[in-house]
Amino acid sequence: MWQNFKNGFIKENPVFGLYLGMCSSLAISTSLNNAIGMGACVTLVLIASNVIVSAIRKITPDEIRIPVYIVVIASLVTIVEMVVHAFMPDLYTSLGVFLGLIVVNCIILGRAEAFASKNGVVSSAIDGLGMGLGYTFALLLISVVREFLTTAGLSFVNPFDPTQVIFSFTIEALEPYTISLFSASVGAFLTFACFAALFAVLRERSNKKEAK
Amino acid sequence: MMELFALALGAVLVNNVVLSKFLGICPFLGVSKSSKNAIGMGLAVIFVIFGASLITYALYYLVLEPLGIEYMQLITFILVIATFVQFIEMFIKKYSASLYKALGIYLPLITTNCVVLFVAQDNITQGYNLAETIVNSIAVPAGFMLVLYLFSCLRERLDSADTPKAFKGNPIALVTAGLMALAFSAFAGIV
Repeated sequence: MWQNFKNGFIKENPVFGLYLGMCSSLAISTSLNNAIGMGACVTLVLIASNVIVSAIRKITPDEIRIPVYIVVIASLVTIVEMVVHAFMPDLYTSLGVFLGLIVVNCIILGRAEAFASKNGVVSSAIDGLGMGLGYTFALLLISVVREFLTTAGLSFVNPFDPTQVIFSFTIEALEPYTISLFSASVGAFLTFACFAALFAVLRERSNKKEAK
Repeated sequence: MMELFALALGAVLVNNVVLSKFLGICPFLGVSKSSKNAIGMGLAVIFVIFGASLITYALYYLVLEPLGIEYMQLITFILVIATFVQFIEMFIKKYSASLYKALGIYLPLITTNCVVLFVAQDNITQGYNLAETIVNSIAVPAGFMLVLYLFSCLRERLDSADTPKAFKGNPIALVTAGLMALAFSAFAGIV
């Protein structure tokens, strides 16, 4: 079980390893705040959908399982969207259309089909948590690089109350050298490509170790 | 008429759905290995998005809004899209075997293509009227097809290029996509 949980981070990282959920991870990784907010939303939806799909796996007819999963996921996303709209309006505006598009995030449907439909409720919940955190981890990596290169600093504010800054720093010596290109789509693709290459190397190393 | 033209040009070049909005990246990487497949996938996407947008547009203004249940938008839209794709697949299979052969494998993939849901929702959130909806739901997937085709031509050459081992496959494709995004950002001023 612990292995399942750990796999989500490096070896089977859903974003860099399996190339799932790429649209959202490229688009909203412009700042740390967006990354953490989006990561939390996806993790919540993933855990809840895994639990529900696993709980109803014995009464779901096999022929219509995909539509059933889609309805479960769409309902959960609607709930999360409403909660974020009500309590975190800033996050709602900056995530924009991508909050609703969690429905078509392949990680969620992928896990429902590949794991939750075959396993018990508890291990599905843990799988959801592991995969969700793996996704969040990937978002954090990309967004830290992009935010640092565009602003020469990092900051994180309380999503419930945007006036309350949790931490924030800038390295003034680097400020004249910021690369604004990295907040545009070019930067997203380049950062993502470099991390994907790095993870490919890490994966190969750990495979070699296991082979020995 | 001029506004509609500007809308179409903007959707194809300036706000390109793949390179500036980051939607449909999965098929963009998955189906871009040969230019023939890219055209097939592009046509299937245009067809599905056009149909699905018209249905969801009618559904929203004729059913959801009069009943005051706009919050059901996400659930109804995704179900309509999934059903529509399934229906088209069955229809094409029965009536045109050659078209089914050409598009068949791409159709099931389109359900999880986020562009479809995005265009359906975008038509509603932007408050487009019927004419604008029609133009938007043809122009956005046309932009997708254009980029998919261009990218597949680049990728055919990339296969024979000497890339570092770690970057082989998807990473180098993403770097290429980034450079394409840079080229497309030059269109920003034209509309």
